[in-house]
Amino acid sequence: MTKITLTGQLIQYLFTGVTVGSIYAMVAVGFNIIYNVTDIINFAQGEFVMLGGLIMVFFTVTAKLPLPLAFVLTVAAVTGVGVLMERFTINPLKNASVLTMIIVTIAVSILFKGIAMFVWGKDPYIFPPFSGSKPLFFYGAAIQTQALWVLFMTAVMVVLMTIFYKKTRYGKAMLACADNPEAARLVGIKVNIMILISFALSAAIGAVAGAVITPISLMEYDRGALLALKGFGAAVLGGLGSFYGAVVAGIFLGIIESMCAGLVSSGYKDAVALILLLLVLYVRPSGLFGNVEASKIKEF
Amino acid sequence: MRSSNRKALLGLTLFLILFPVVAMNVTAIGHYLDIMIFVGIYCLINMGLSLLMGYAGQISLGHAAFFGLGAYTSGILCTKFSMSPWLAMVAGVGITGLVAYIVGVPSLKLKGHYLAMATLGFGVIVQIFFNEEVSLTGGPSGFSDIPGLSILGFSLDNDLCYYILVWFLVLLTLIFSLNVIHSRIGRALRSLHDSEVAADAMGVETSRYKIIIFVLSGVYASIAGSLYTHYVGFLSPSSFDFFLSIKLVMMVVVGGMHNIWGALLGTWLLTFLGYEWLHVFRDFDILVYGAILLGVVMFLPDGLVALVPRMSRVWKRG
Amino acid sequence: MNTESSPVFLHVENLEKSFGGVQALKGLSFKVPQGIIKAIIGPNGAGKTTLFNVITGILPPNGGAIALNGISIEGRKAREIARLGVSRTFQNVEVFGRMTVLENVMVGRHIQSRAGIISTGFRLPGMRREERQIRENAMQHLTFVGLENRATELAGNLPLGEQKLLEVARALATDPKMLLLDEPAGGLNTRETEGLAALIHRILEQGITVVLVEHDMNLVMDISDEIMVMNFGEKIAEGKPKQIKNDPLVIEAYLGEEVDYSDL
Ligand SMILES: Nc1ncnc2c1ncn2[C@@H]1O[C@H](COP(=O)(O)OP(=O)(O)O)[C@@H](O)[C@H]1O
Ligand SMILES: [Mg+2]
Repeated sequence: MTKITLTGQLIQYLFTGVTVGSIYAMVAVGFNIIYNVTDIINFAQGEFVMLGGLIMVFFTVTAKLPLPLAFVLTVAAVTGVGVLMERFTINPLKNASVLTMIIVTIAVSILFKGIAMFVWGKDPYIFPPFSGSKPLFFYGAAIQTQALWVLFMTAVMVVLMTIFYKKTRYGKAMLACADNPEAARLVGIKVNIMILISFALSAAIGAVAGAVITPISLMEYDRGALLALKGFGAAVLGGLGSFYGAVVAGIFLGIIESMCAGLVSSGYKDAVALILLLLVLYVRPSGLFGNVEASKIKEF
Repeated sequence: MRSSNRKALLGLTLFLILFPVVAMNVTAIGHYLDIMIFVGIYCLINMGLSLLMGYAGQISLGHAAFFGLGAYTSGILCTKFSMSPWLAMVAGVGITGLVAYIVGVPSLKLKGHYLAMATLGFGVIVQIFFNEEVSLTGGPSGFSDIPGLSILGFSLDNDLCYYILVWFLVLLTLIFSLNVIHSRIGRALRSLHDSEVAADAMGVETSRYKIIIFVLSGVYASIAGSLYTHYVGFLSPSSFDFFLSIKLVMMVVVGGMHNIWGALLGTWLLTFLGYEWLHVFRDFDILVYGAILLGVVMFLPDGLVALVPRMSRVWKRG
Repeated sequence: MNTESSPVFLHVENLEKSFGGVQALKGLSFKVPQGIIKAIIGPNGAGKTTLFNVITGILPPNGGAIALNGISIEGRKAREIARLGVSRTFQNVEVFGRMTVLENVMVGRHIQSRAGIISTGFRLPGMRREERQIRENAMQHLTFVGLENRATELAGNLPLGEQKLLEVARALATDPKMLLLDEPAGGLNTRETEGLAALIHRILEQGITVVLVEHDMNLVMDISDEIMVMNFGEKIAEGKPKQIKNDPLVIEAYLGEEVDYSDL
């Protein structure tokens, strides 16, 4: 057995943190996409990740499809779920109170969880990593190749989303909705469609997160809630609505958590993220990176 | 008190008196008494939640934590420190009330989604605490041998006695809550719902009442927790998890959150569903819960209790 | 009434309020002597409602001073200002729609009562006595504005005119020293407006200072002791009704275009 050095250990924690943090980042971005257009926090956001993981298991392990095809089908399926959710629960409830919207998305999340349990049962599932399970060694730290896939996918997501918002017609229209829905309506943007796209997009990002993390952390039906909570923590930390803020904060949260688990106490690692969330909410609800005045700024 | 409330209270009391008589004589539903005790315990929590959600307009996704704090305080003080259960219950109320106040002051400054997430986070933190502080709480496997309750040397450890105790407290709490609703405090809270600026202009201290109701609802949950502990005799963190918080909100919403009677109705219905009628679905009860909740919010936003006047109108018409 | 000799009740000095780029109040200064009816007139968007919102603490000012009987109140919370004796009605009625008419007025008694959670929950004797007083007092105020027959109806179901009266009753129930009325005659017919004028006089007789924002010039000229004219967040004229009627600036800025002059 090779001797594990302290540096090696720290690098290991750091890397694990960045990996897990990338998932939080993707959940946080998912929250923001919907929040920006609708002012709704989708409590079912974590369920998209859970579904992404489990559906990927179905396509790779059960249906034995080749990985790229399984990946595409998974993302498509979860996107469809997001679209259905918007059509059947969000869209009919125009002008509902915040309290009602919270409860509706909670109801949907319970429903998804229930369906997942119905289909897959309570056991955790896994499928083989994208490029084998032989780890890479780096300054004494063992790094799973799948973690690199997680980072790669996060980077791809950041690039694609940036292009989407900065360059495409729909992306620009969504930003306009975020700034001022009334004005957007007046210039002929179909806000309805934008809301639908926001759900589709954030479901797709959730699916990607679920599909890449499952070979590392496994996936089971009730993983969604905690993921949503931490993803929300990241979104708030980064300033609700801020795209890059969410990415940075998600990774930051992952690192803190992983360091705490490794160096202090693994039992309290979940609590750390949540305590941080509460502190930020209490002290600086505009987020660590947002300024207080512009807490509603929706800049990407 | 209003005459409609008085009638409903009378009806409820009659039902509560008749229920054990019937249940204990029909073997098929003999165990319903046991379920009714749990219904009563959850009713205690949900009356507070109804005040908070339906009247003060604030959401809490962390009420299982207050329930758990009451339960653990009672359990720990009685077993590890041999304190009298009643004293422990009071201590639980004190501790939970204090925690509710400390959490409530900053949390209730938050609105909507932020408040929901903050209370959710708080609930999960408390559950992690129950899991991790093994020396105090017994960790994930919890601890048992918690003594039952007795009054003046008379033990309450049979279902009927406990049923009477629990439901007596429920009725007391219900009357207390109805009195609060129909007082200047209740009016202040309702006014806030209809027009916050007018309430402000009339001098209503909106934030103060939100906090008072939050603490009150924490206290209700704490008492429920103590009753729960002494009834089941053992504790583990899984009884106070985040899904319970969600289920509590669900009971209130399904019954109708703008009406404290709705909270009772929803609690009764969903508890019986969970303990008895959903056994057909065994593990898939979550699916049914989700569907019920979604159906009610989408199609019956004022909850099942809103059907009562409609039904009585149809009934009167013949 | 001789307004010069009465002590100043409300003193506003250099008040500023802006919304983003819009300056709704630009260094506004004026005084309201105790026990008079002061009308504030001016075209839509002049900043009259904003002035009320800032005085009552609904909105914080960006600068300037407001003193009530010599006590400075600018930037204080609405509930503190209500306790100092300022009450108001709203231009776009803000009744508590899902509460009964009587309950609406009972909310007005909030600051004059003190029962806490324990005494209300257990209905202790002190609380019952207080509750009875609240109810009686509220009923008196409903009778005062002539809504006693509506007591048990839902406030949201009343016609607009009665909702406006209800707001007056609710505001009076706080036992104010000064009452701010924001376009109380808006949407009322001639007969109702006459009733309103009588009502405002009766309020004045109770020793309550009245500040009135109103577009109905007959009403304003008829009942006010002093008039202030605003435009674009500034005071453009102030004086007795007669002076205002003949002020060329006022006629140009406001009266000329909005109201038929011969009407005055
Ligand atoms: N809450 C607000 N937010 C932004 N602008 C406002 C707000 N309230 C008033 N304004 C603006 O301030 C100006 C004065 O409005 P207001 O006080 O309502 O005028 P008035 O009551 O004299 O008709 C208007 O330009 C109005 O658009
Ligand atoms: Mg106005």
